[in-house]
Amino acid sequence: MINDATFSDPARERRIFAGRLLLSFSVIVVIFIAVTARYFHLQVTRHQDFATQSDNNRVHVRPAPASRGLIYDRNGILLADNRPTYNLTVVTERTNDIDRLIATIGSLIDISEDDIKSFKKRLRRRIPYEKTTLKFNLTEQERGILAVNGYLLAGVQVSARLTRFYPEGELFAHVIGYVGRINEQEIQRIDRAKYSGTDSIGKIGLESFYEAQLLGSVGTEQVETNARGRVMRILDNVDPVPGENLTIHIDSRLQRVAYKAFKGERGALVAIDVTTGGILAMISAPSYDPNLFVSGISQVEYSALLDSPAQPLFDRSIRGQYPPGSTIKPLFGLIGLASNSISMDYAIDDPGYFIMEGIERPWRDHNSKLGGHGKGVGLARAIIESCDVFFYKMSIKIGIDLLSKYSKKFGLGQVTGIDIHGEQPGIMPSRSWKKSARGESWFNGDTINVSIGQGFMLTTPLQLGVMMARIASKGKMVKPQLVKSSNGNPVIGSENTESIGIDAEHWAYIHQAMKAVVHSPRGTARRINRDLNYTIAGKTGTAQVISIKAEEEYDSSKIDKSQWDHALFVAFAPVENPQIAIGLIVENGEHGSSAAAPIARLVMDAYMKSKAGSHQSTESEVLH
Amino acid sequence: MHSSDFVRRIESPDGERRTGRSMHLDLPLLLILLALCAVGLFVLYSASGQNLFYVKRQALWMIVGFAIMITVAQFPVRFWDRWSFLLYTLGLLSLLAVLFFGVGAKGAQRWLDLGFTRVQPSEFMKVAVPMMISSYLAKQYSPPTLRPVLAVLFLIITPVIIVVRQPDLGTALLIFASGFYVIFLAGLRKRYLLGAALLALAAIPTLWVFVMRDYQKQRILTLLSPEDDKLGAGWNIIQSTTAIGSGGWNGKGWTLGTQSQLNFLPESHTDFIIAVLAEEFGLIGVLMLSGLYALLVGRCLLIAMHSQSQFGRLIAGSLSLTFMTYVFVNMSMVSGILPVVGVPLPLISYGGTAIVTLFLGFGVLMAISTEPKRIRTDL
Repeated sequence: MINDATFSDPARERRIFAGRLLLSFSVIVVIFIAVTARYFHLQVTRHQDFATQSDNNRVHVRPAPASRGLIYDRNGILLADNRPTYNLTVVTERTNDIDRLIATIGSLIDISEDDIKSFKKRLRRRIPYEKTTLKFNLTEQERGILAVNGYLLAGVQVSARLTRFYPEGELFAHVIGYVGRINEQEIQRIDRAKYSGTDSIGKIGLESFYEAQLLGSVGTEQVETNARGRVMRILDNVDPVPGENLTIHIDSRLQRVAYKAFKGERGALVAIDVTTGGILAMISAPSYDPNLFVSGISQVEYSALLDSPAQPLFDRSIRGQYPPGSTIKPLFGLIGLASNSISMDYAIDDPGYFIMEGIERPWRDHNSKLGGHGKGVGLARAIIESCDVFFYKMSIKIGIDLLSKYSKKFGLGQVTGIDIHGEQPGIMPSRSWKKSARGESWFNGDTINVSIGQGFMLTTPLQLGVMMARIASKGKMVKPQLVKSSNGNPVIGSENTESIGIDAEHWAYIHQAMKAVVHSPRGTARRINRDLNYTIAGKTGTAQVISIKAEEEYDSSKIDKSQWDHALFVAFAPVENPQIAIGLIVENGEHGSSAAAPIARLVMDAYMKSKAGSHQSTESEVLH
Repeated sequence: MHSSDFVRRIESPDGERRTGRSMHLDLPLLLILLALCAVGLFVLYSASGQNLFYVKRQALWMIVGFAIMITVAQFPVRFWDRWSFLLYTLGLLSLLAVLFFGVGAKGAQRWLDLGFTRVQPSEFMKVAVPMMISSYLAKQYSPPTLRPVLAVLFLIITPVIIVVRQPDLGTALLIFASGFYVIFLAGLRKRYLLGAALLALAAIPTLWVFVMRDYQKQRILTLLSPEDDKLGAGWNIIQSTTAIGSGGWNGKGWTLGTQSQLNFLPESHTDFIIAVLAEEFGLIGVLMLSGLYALLVGRCLLIAMHSQSQFGRLIAGSLSLTFMTYVFVNMSMVSGILPVVGVPLPLISYGGTAIVTLFLGFGVLMAISTEPKRIRTDL
């Protein structure tokens, strides 16, 4: 084989090659210097810039959530607590196939369709590298399973966080309310910086009203993170300031007594401290477990609550508007006296009905079947026996203008200003009210209806309680208040020392009449005076749910229970030195005397007993 | 096949026996390579997030590499000269196979799945192309005339086009470079060089419009202004220059680089590993590594210089220059003076195929370095 190389000149080849190699070597040296210069430029000349940039890269400020303020009852019993719960969270950036991951988790622990659905919803709202919760409230066993299988679950984390817990459950649901996850509308109105460490917000009740105090202020943690936002270590931190702890006026023992006293009936009760306006008990029955709402209630559970005919979610105590019925009589009697429309000697004859001139339809007394209350019925007897005809007649003398004006001073027809949201104002009708609401003029017939707490008139149980407290305190315009102190500092309600100017003898007259309702043998609430070792002033009431035609008789056996009359009762005690005032209603309870009054007696007994107990204990403390 | 291919003369014709030559080992080259591999594993441990898995695998590949290098070194240079055409043809065929049966990732089709392992034929071509061209040009007049130059261009362009289509622009450019270095070292006339340079300049717009993919264009645009796309394509360059710059003179210490340990640095154990070294060992570390590379290339160029045959000279020179090109391109792209083209840092970056190819090249260099002195009659 003849090689081309045979004819080549090795010396020349070597020389050319050497030349080219030398040229290459020079180029290498030049490039070497250039590259080194670049590294020198970055690492020495611009070192400071890059060192700063590198720090900015890794150092992030992270919110440190403040623990939400706790809520206690007046005796220091915890009503709203924060407890650690464990949630299963996923950082989607750290997994390749999210659906497969969910399937894997599903094979280990129970993951419902609902969980997955709401997880995917949350995924759309989150920031990259943020943890998204897949399942709330892991059990200890589930946490164990996840820990053992952690190697299968890239991107999965079990994160602990403090979650609201209401140890008393349904007992305080309507008062304290609950917290829940911040929703779309709330995101629009809140200052997001304040909520950067939490996803909960007070929804209703005290949790909502005192949101600003309970929230606390979020702290910051300067942390070193990796490119995926995962915290590697904490460099510096500003401690969060926990929310304020609230103490409320309510005595949870009293609250429990009241709630149990309803025995499953629907209704509401408000008990008020006569001197301070502090709420001692506030019930709306039936109730619900607020803990269901904290980490998001399931659709099924929510529907069950919503669709329940007993309407457990409805706060009857501040939102339920009922005709007050005869419970309004002491107030109207007082107004009659105070306005000099009648004297304390004023009396009427009651044939069992009342006929207004020019109107065919008679107004009947509730005991018209028995022929009325007879002759010479004065105000006291009209209150004690609950004579309607007396009030029909008296109301014409007073007139709606004065009734309306005075009633408002007792808290009717307007929100009382209690420290939770959602209160309804009820209706204290007046000429101007009817004009604007109905577009009609006021008639005397309207006044007659109002005179026994029917017609256009509506009140909430809270308003009845406030009315009672103001009557009991002889005109002190106390404002109802739930929260007693915040972090131990007394919360000043409206220190309204303003009084309703009414003669002392008129107050005494009404107090005595109301005392007789309970303590006299003819009183409509006499059944609750058995073994009573203190005095109660009260007034029963019955409110019609359906209107009965004049010629028809109300017969509960003929109509459905949901259309039975509501039973009401208002009271305060002790009469000599009033401390507690109560307004309450039992829906479709029929008679204030039988359904409502006994509940008030139970609550008052419990209150007087605890008063006596605490009195003894303070005495013994002094002794020691 | 020539019988002398398999018969090694243990001793030089004058009977003198030299140390290290009996095993055909180039001791300086071997020591420098060992040092570089040690540095590589050391940095890789930190760059992989202190993951021994990567270190063990890389060490295993290095052992395989050394074995291949020593084996290759035992064959005489003439053997590689003779078989270069076959190797080239095999390489070209496997490149074609990749085109039709290849597997890939991230939109690029670069591997052949052999069942037990995946191979990347384009890597292999980085050795096969210069070998083929060296073999061809060694048999031509020096400096080469127009006809062989055109033939060589054809030999280079064919695999380059296939690799470009995979697409793998980085490897294609290196294959082109390795072939071009041979023809340059063989004494390509200056007028051709000038012509080629002008042609390349003219080709840039054509390449931009017709050949380059969007992501390749993006990389070049990114190089010009990385700040425009901080979280997208610019991220890599910003993070790597930050890592390098924050290293300063002395660095933050082994495994203490925040950029790399906290995963800000992308591809920290492969293409961007120099940034880890720069961050953790500072400029001093960079200079020491560069020093080792300089020693290595120095030794390789010396081997090329002293080679007995034109084939040996050309292939040794080309492999040395290609190696240096790897180093420069990688160091430049990581520090933001060249676009990110996916060229690993030789012997330091994690990756099996690259290591095997590199050691294949060093094997050939060792064979040349330990080649017995030719007897006078051979001239």
